[in-house]
Amino acid sequence: MWEYTDKVREHFLNPKNSGEIENPDGVAEVGSIACGDALKLSFKLDENKRIADARFKTFGCASAIASASALTEMLKGKTIEEAMKITNQDIADYLGGLPPEKMHCSVLGQEALEKAIENYRGVSHKKPDEEIVCVCFGVTDGEIERAVRQNHLTTVEEVTNYTKAGGGCGNCHEKIQAIIDRVYATKKPEEGPLERPKLSNIQKIRMIEETIEREIRPSLKHDGGDIDLVDVIGNRVLIARRGTCATCQASHATMKGFVESKLKEFVSAELIVEEVAS
Amino acid sequence: MKTVYLDNNATTMVASEVLDEMLPYFHDYYGNPSSMHSFGGQVAHKLTEARQRIAALLGADPEEIIFTSCGTESDNTAIASALANNPTKNHIITSRVEHPAVKVLCEHLAQKGYRVTMLPVNAEGLLDMDEYEASLTADTAVVSIMWANNETGVIFPVEEAAHLARERGIPFHTDAVQAVGKIPINMKSNSIDMLSLSGHKLHAPKGVGVLYIRRGTRFLPFLIGGHQEKGRRGGTENVPSIIGLGKACELAAGNMEKENTYVRSLRDRLETELLTAIPQSKVNGNIEKRLPNTTNISFEFIEGESILLLMDQYGICASSGSACTSGSLQPSHVLRAMGVPYTMAHGSIRFSLSVYNTAEDIDLVIRELPPIIAKLRVLSPYWATSQGACATA
Repeated sequence: MWEYTDKVREHFLNPKNSGEIENPDGVAEVGSIACGDALKLSFKLDENKRIADARFKTFGCASAIASASALTEMLKGKTIEEAMKITNQDIADYLGGLPPEKMHCSVLGQEALEKAIENYRGVSHKKPDEEIVCVCFGVTDGEIERAVRQNHLTTVEEVTNYTKAGGGCGNCHEKIQAIIDRVYATKKPEEGPLERPKLSNIQKIRMIEETIEREIRPSLKHDGGDIDLVDVIGNRVLIARRGTCATCQASHATMKGFVESKLKEFVSAELIVEEVAS
Repeated sequence: MKTVYLDNNATTMVASEVLDEMLPYFHDYYGNPSSMHSFGGQVAHKLTEARQRIAALLGADPEEIIFTSCGTESDNTAIASALANNPTKNHIITSRVEHPAVKVLCEHLAQKGYRVTMLPVNAEGLLDMDEYEASLTADTAVVSIMWANNETGVIFPVEEAAHLARERGIPFHTDAVQAVGKIPINMKSNSIDMLSLSGHKLHAPKGVGVLYIRRGTRFLPFLIGGHQEKGRRGGTENVPSIIGLGKACELAAGNMEKENTYVRSLRDRLETELLTAIPQSKVNGNIEKRLPNTTNISFEFIEGESILLLMDQYGICASSGSACTSGSLQPSHVLRAMGVPYTMAHGSIRFSLSVYNTAEDIDLVIRELPPIIAKLRVLSPYWATSQGACATA
């Protein structure tokens, strides 16, 4: 049995604002019967462009009905701009929380709201660039990415709880993981001047090799010296001196500084060069 | 508020006669049946009696009864033993509608490299016996097919299936957890090699099960340890529960007639009245080949969890095959295997009765459920559409 809050039970047992508005200003239907929940939301504005009435019809479990009921209550009296700020988390908070597995009910509410507002504004909600990732529940990459960003989701299981994606055959789990990885890989650091994209280890090693070949080796060879790339561990670049450099004690400090500055310039500012015995 | 318990395929009340018989074996007669002293020995006598009572219900020999901890342990033990005894064979046959104790185990074995045939069922939940027969091969190590389905109550012809397996020398196991006590079973007149049952489905406590192993069946234990059960299942016996199960089996034998007359008539009245009172409702599963206590009804365009929670307000206990109650996001694998459309599968409710239900219980459901369905349909975006479609058609 699900642990529902009293507020969820209250909105489920006595749903507020069920039904449909005739001649609504905005209306949308999201979800499907195959997915196990669906929501039809309609609203009407007053003369001050505030939401005078909002109504819902829901096919779904107790938390789906409660989420829709809560959403309509939250909408009343708001301007469109204010309504647009409502997130799925706000709906869940209004209900005193939802079980993790039921968060998708609040996401359904937010989706319906967005599409109803798009309908009001006459904007098509079609997003041709989006690709269906979860075939079982018809969830797109855009929807998954947004749920990941908004709710700071880090695992496939969490994505399933919020969007249902991955809850059927499970074939899309790798794709969902890739979206999660992408979101966190491209998340820009809060501060700092560096805008360079984060590199995978393989990319990093390739770029280090290229930089050594192109920017460093020609200068060293000019003096009859050389270096070998021994290993890359995180941001530590391990090198060994060769040729005349290998025996030239004086070259040690200058060469390390030279190599490091080149690698920082062309690969990543975080790299540190360390010299190891060959 | 009175509890109207119509979820007996999930678990049952421990019968008061069963409880009475168990109670002395917690505090007064707590001896270990394996002990040499007479204080333990008197407990061993009670275990012998329980074994005889269980064997009597099954038409089996007491020697063929092994006590386990649950139906799942019995299922796992049976299948693992058959595979271990046929190490050169790589094929398992089961059905798509098994209980997870068999289904998930077989999926797990498939990942380990076994070839698993999961036999489909038709729209009424019935197996195609020709397809079953065709799937039996020289490489088949074991067949495991349930006697009766927990969700729909549909009964499979396991005796016929076991006979076909026997002709080919293939061991046959059946999960009879839902069948035992509800329909007559006589192991002397069939070829089933192994059978699982669970105590808490027939008014014994949770935590005790039985694996029947036909005499002469090659067997390897699952739990290895002490010499209990003649070395076939290690671990000190769950004495009070086993004694309770023995009593429960004795009661079940006496109640068999009542199951198939009294319980059946309650079930039939519940079903008929609900189908009459509630439009666009339908029974899932074959009506004839079905346990007398079970009905699985779909109410179109609404969702099962909502129905259950509203029935809960009246103390009515039942189950649903909807996604929200199945622990996953997909509706019941049984209903999906039968091809029940999503509009119906999400709104399925299983009522499972017992001899302890009364006519008043059924009256309450017949009175309270139609308004609940109507209330949820008013909320459903699909209901109005479907009604409009009907009106204009």
